Amino acid sequence: MARTLITAPRTARRGEVIEIRTLIAHAMETGLRVDAEGRKLPRDIIHRFTCRYGDELVFSAELFAAVAANPYIAFSTVATASGTLSLTWEGDNGFAHTETLALTVT
Amino acid sequence: MKGLAWVVLVGAGAAVAQPAADPRRSGFDFMSAATQAMQADDMQNPGMLWVAEGAALWQRKEGRSGRSCADCHEAGAAPAMRGVAARYPAFDAPSRQPVNLQQRINLCRERRQHAAALPLESRELLSLESHVAHQSRGLPITPSTDERLRPFRALGQALYEQRIGQLHLSCRQCHDDHAGQRLGGSTLPQAHPTGYPVYRLEWQGLGSLQRRLRGCMTGVRAEPFPYGAQELVALELYLAARAGGMRIETPAVRP
Repeated sequence: MARTLITAPRTARRGEVIEIRTLIAHAMETGLRVDAEGRKLPRDIIHRFTCRYGDELVFSAELFAAVAANPYIAFSTVATASGTLSLTWEGDNGFAHTETLALTVT
Repeated sequence: MKGLAWVVLVGAGAAVAQPAADPRRSGFDFMSAATQAMQADDMQNPGMLWVAEGAALWQRKEGRSGRSCADCHEAGAAPAMRGVAARYPAFDAPSRQPVNLQQRINLCRERRQHAAALPLESRELLSLESHVAHQSRGLPITPSTDERLRPFRALGQALYEQRIGQLHLSCRQCHDDHAGQRLGGSTLPQAHPTGYPVYRLEWQGLGSLQRRLRGCMTGVRAEPFPYGAQELVALELYLAARAGGMRIETPAVRP
């Protein structure tokens, strides 16, 4: 179970700039560290974050090994029409997690 | 003479109006502004991920009893658990020894839920502990006045002052005698356990006070006590008494 915390407005006026803030629990293991026995710990990171507003891609980010564990990503977009925001994190070992938010625009 | 008495009275009055400032400082005060901001904003504070998971675990039915924490302790942890973390470690009468919050949660699992104890420092137990401790955020630490804790607290103080390890250092030498000064690149805090479990940037995760204590012991090249050891609980007891009255910050962020 991926754990996420998301802060975003539920309603906005048309044309308003809204801020979306996200936090996801993830180890972001770099692939460069070794364990107590000297074995290399395999890389396990999130490498892409996307936000779709309806069908439109409004924000995306690429993440790399230097990003800390439990990455915090905040961004803004313009409220254009009522719809859903879908936030997706994708990573190594088939990691994929999606959260959807309903936004009402008046 | 009359004038002198007046001056003394004024002096005493001023002393009552302005008590000496508490010299104790939370580790929060020694951090950079960026790390302080990370702690202060619940949305940026990664410790809140554990608090949120703890809230879910609080509702989960466990063990042969088929009961969740919430089934006994009212619906939410908020009213039932407020102030609980502030008085831990507490004395457990059946085992006749002090227990910390993680151990208390495990005792509740074993005795009431008839479930297996969670491994100490496991993600699930840390989540439950942080969820319970979070309910006391903002409250002052109020150490238990139970007389039966006295010998254990005294043991904790003795351990705090005991030089250990190849570096032959006691807790006191760093955290009382040289607090505020630097050890390598980092500032020595005063060792007040105000925000546990804490999210440490160095750990890239949440950890308990016992993990912090063990880290310090390894740091002075001593063999650390195992998780759940009586000595660690005794140290927790002494540190709680030493920090009595300071505000709880759980989940705190530390560098």
